[in-house]
Amino acid sequence: MELVLSLGIGVFAASGIWLMLRPRTFQVALGISLLSYAVNLFIFAMGRLTVGAPPVLGAGAEVVSVDDPVPQALVLTALVIGFALTALFLVVLLAARGITGSDHVDGREPGQGEPQPGNPHP
Amino acid sequence: MPPQLLLAIAAILPFLGSAAVISLPGHARNAAAILAGSTLVACLACIGVLYPMVSAPGGSLVWAVDWLPTLGVQFVLRLDGLAWLFAVLVLGIGALVVLYARYYMAAEDPVPRLFSYLLAFVGAMLGIVLSGNLIQLVVFWELTSIVSFLLIGYWTDNASARDGARMALTITAGGGLCLFVGMVLIGQIVGSYDLAVVLASGDTIRSSPLYLPALVLVLAGALTKSAQFPFHIWLPRAMAAPTPISAYLHSATMVKAGIFLMIRFWPVLAGTETWYWIVGTAGMATMLVGAWSAIFQHDLKGLLAYSTISHLGLITLLLGLDSPLAVVAAIFHTVNHATFKASLFMAAGIIDHETGTRDMRRLSGLWRAMPYTATLAMVAAAAMAGVPLLNGFLSKEMFLAEAVDNAGEHGLNLALPILATLASAFTMLYSVRFIRQTFFGPAPHDLPQVPHEPVRWMRIPIELLVLVCIAIGLVPNLTIGPALAGAVRSVLGARTPDYDLAIWHGFNAPLALSVVALVGGVALYGVFGRRINANPRGGPWLMDRLDGGRLFERAMTGLVTGARRLEGHLGSERLQVQLRILFLTVLLAAMLAGAVRGLDLFAPGRATTFDPAFALMWLVGAACAVGAAERAKYHRLSAAIFVGGAGLVSSLTFLWLSAPDLAVTQILVEIVTTVMLLLGLRWLPKRDAAIPAPASEAARARRRRIVDLCIAAFAGLGLAGLAYAVMTRPAVDGIARWFVEEAYPQAGGRNVVNVLLVDFRAFDTLGEICVLGIVGLTVFALLRRFRPASDSLGRPKQQVSHDAYDAARAGRSPGDTAADALLVPRVVMTWLFPFIVLLALHLFLRGHDLPGGGFAGGIALTIAFVLQYMAQGAEWVEERLRIRPIAWIGVGLLVAVLAGAGSWLFGRPFLTASFAYWEPPLLGKVPVASALVFDLGIMVLVVGASALMLVALAHQSVRRTRAAEAEAERAAEREPA
Repeated sequence: MELVLSLGIGVFAASGIWLMLRPRTFQVALGISLLSYAVNLFIFAMGRLTVGAPPVLGAGAEVVSVDDPVPQALVLTALVIGFALTALFLVVLLAARGITGSDHVDGREPGQGEPQPGNPHP
Repeated sequence: MPPQLLLAIAAILPFLGSAAVISLPGHARNAAAILAGSTLVACLACIGVLYPMVSAPGGSLVWAVDWLPTLGVQFVLRLDGLAWLFAVLVLGIGALVVLYARYYMAAEDPVPRLFSYLLAFVGAMLGIVLSGNLIQLVVFWELTSIVSFLLIGYWTDNASARDGARMALTITAGGGLCLFVGMVLIGQIVGSYDLAVVLASGDTIRSSPLYLPALVLVLAGALTKSAQFPFHIWLPRAMAAPTPISAYLHSATMVKAGIFLMIRFWPVLAGTETWYWIVGTAGMATMLVGAWSAIFQHDLKGLLAYSTISHLGLITLLLGLDSPLAVVAAIFHTVNHATFKASLFMAAGIIDHETGTRDMRRLSGLWRAMPYTATLAMVAAAAMAGVPLLNGFLSKEMFLAEAVDNAGEHGLNLALPILATLASAFTMLYSVRFIRQTFFGPAPHDLPQVPHEPVRWMRIPIELLVLVCIAIGLVPNLTIGPALAGAVRSVLGARTPDYDLAIWHGFNAPLALSVVALVGGVALYGVFGRRINANPRGGPWLMDRLDGGRLFERAMTGLVTGARRLEGHLGSERLQVQLRILFLTVLLAAMLAGAVRGLDLFAPGRATTFDPAFALMWLVGAACAVGAAERAKYHRLSAAIFVGGAGLVSSLTFLWLSAPDLAVTQILVEIVTTVMLLLGLRWLPKRDAAIPAPASEAARARRRRIVDLCIAAFAGLGLAGLAYAVMTRPAVDGIARWFVEEAYPQAGGRNVVNVLLVDFRAFDTLGEICVLGIVGLTVFALLRRFRPASDSLGRPKQQVSHDAYDAARAGRSPGDTAADALLVPRVVMTWLFPFIVLLALHLFLRGHDLPGGGFAGGIALTIAFVLQYMAQGAEWVEERLRIRPIAWIGVGLLVAVLAGAGSWLFGRPFLTASFAYWEPPLLGKVPVASALVFDLGIMVLVVGASALMLVALAHQSVRRTRAAEAEAERAAEREPA
């Protein structure tokens, strides 16, 4: 299990980083998503893997050996913040596309000169 | 009224006045002047009535409150003899400057701003003078630098004012930073930042190995502020300020802050060779360079500026001599210089105001036009030159006496009497030149304005100051005597020398030198006056080419261009390059760490049993990730679906590995993220593999891809190895056990993750939801003004053929077929709404005990809303359902904060949760915890923020259609016309 999960994290991270290094904004947006999956899983894995012992106590609230709740709590908020990040990035990339007319991360196509801001309010 | 209260009022009132004055309208000249003036007079009264408290030997008044208790720093106001004298000087001359400025400033100047800055400056200056704590002193010190920047640059449309302000700020604030470090060092040596403790620890400080750096740093602050050579360059440039400001900054304040600091710390820092050499040499050089440069100025204010530098050098020189009597002379001369220099600046301002020029080559014979002003200026100039019966004479005599007494003690001192006399002769020379050129000679011609006496009120400040000069000069013991004695005693304590402020000390060496200087100065003017006046640029002989200010400007320009060039060489504006460097650096750092500390990947300590299903699931996940990476350029839709698949796998992994909360939240987040990506797709430009890339780019692009692939592969491999290495090692017994054990007893929740979020670490969560709210608002703000690029996708083929079919049949309108095709899903989705809302509430309510919680509930509720948008279109939903996401965000945040603040009612810290169980009818036992209210806040805010983002995006399509319709209508209206 450990080997499978760590390889999976590696593949997610590699795909994410590859996409983040691409020139088109949409690729970067997907890359950030993938990398954040990898990082979330990585942080979660720092609590070691446990099968079938969620950190939810039974009806009597007797303390049993459960999975580490701390990385889980960290990842839970990271998930929601990650969603916000993706949303913000998406909107920024749409706005940049609207203003510069290009979806290149630098706001201009390769081989062109300085970005030519078009009229954002036609 | 208790004296401490008076002191506190005096310290705070200028800042309050400053805030009040700036809120006046721009043309309220009288109101601003009256408010500022009365503030200063009130402060002066407060300080004045405290005199009996400080006049007794060793008397001081202290008011302290805790400021940074963990660092042992208190906010201390401390009034002793020296502080009292300086405070009176700052406030008294400040009040006169306000009166003067009221009549000096033009009607079109925004005067309230000037008075507001001035009051803030008074407050900062009083703060320095009254500080009883080293750190506090530095804070006010930097405040004077900042406010003086605003004052000097008051005429913001004047380039030289801006440059002068910037130079003054660069030099004095830079010195202030040195001072800060120096003060921290002194605090470390002494073990306290309290001024009284520091002043009592002179021997400790001087014998410490840190004495030298501390001294150099403190002096760097003091010498830059008091414009000592070679830092004097900012002062002449600061003359671009309005004249009342120059009169204030360069007589009683700002530059005197440096002098005050040296006097204040004289008992603990002076008395060593290092002090003597640094302070003495700086003072001597400044005195001579200043006086020499002053001789050659053609601008009245320039002459006064260099004269100020020279006099500051004289005071610094006195402080450099290791003699208590010299300290007396320094304090005395500080007061005298403040009075005569303020009046001279004001007189120069009147001349400028009434004639329109300050150039001494154009001015002449003003005696006839303004005899009264001329007399005042002459008395003040005589005081500056050290003519008997005026205050300048007394302190200059003391200075010459010190020069004679200290001669021979050190190497430098041999020349001391000679150089002191020379500087005095220079002073006489430029004073005579100032008076002679301006007020005597033939009647002036072609001046910009016809000169006449100024309004009565403008002269009053000068009259008062000149009166002070004469009074001190005639009867020093009755006027300045007691206050000076108090100041001297508070500095020197037991070392206070016997001194005599009499005018006549008999025929002695200082008197002889004084006479030589006075006569010599007049004689030098007689010999060289004509050639000095004809000197074209006003640069001093011998030093004409050495313009420190220009060197400074050039150095600053060089710094900027150098930095820009360096940035051009080493930096890049291109995101890809930046990211590549970032990832490479991280990779290298990780490899380095591995190489140094050794990397033991395979040390199996624990393992969970292998499950083929898990491996199969991850095979799919990995394929999804790689697929997304490959497809993202030309097939955005399938790439987005692949990313969703990867998210699904990661959600299932959470579920498998005992993290149901994460699994639930992840799958919900996945849904909204995918919807959002789909909403955004339509505004991205067409990207088709058939469009050829520029041929020139092909080779580079291939190379880049190979490099990127290597980076990505290595990073992935590294992360995988790291994850494996950690996972196979035994778990560390950290804080987890405590949370698990205490979740129920302390927080009444059985879902430990949720308890962590809403109870144990609730403050973190509060921060997190704030971020979420801010992002929501940012997205909203970005989209509100946003006009997306035109839809890049043409209408889908299906839609075109459906519409054609509808158009061809009677009784059908375009869009009907599409609507029919989606009928079943639409009805299902519409009817799902209440059930999803119920699910969301269920997730939220059970969160404290079972997987769920506010985050999951909030996102589920958002999905309920979004589904309606997808089923029926934005317009249909908005007609029936008014979602006000911004209100949701506000309410959510308010609920969360109030839930936290509620614990204050019970005297507990913010966000302390409490709980109980309640059994209402029908529902069974439900937990009632204050954490639940906090969780409700989270849920409401999450709904608001995520709905805001999605609705804002979805709404773009409506706007687009409306804009198109409006355009079509306009076109139709134009047609018939």
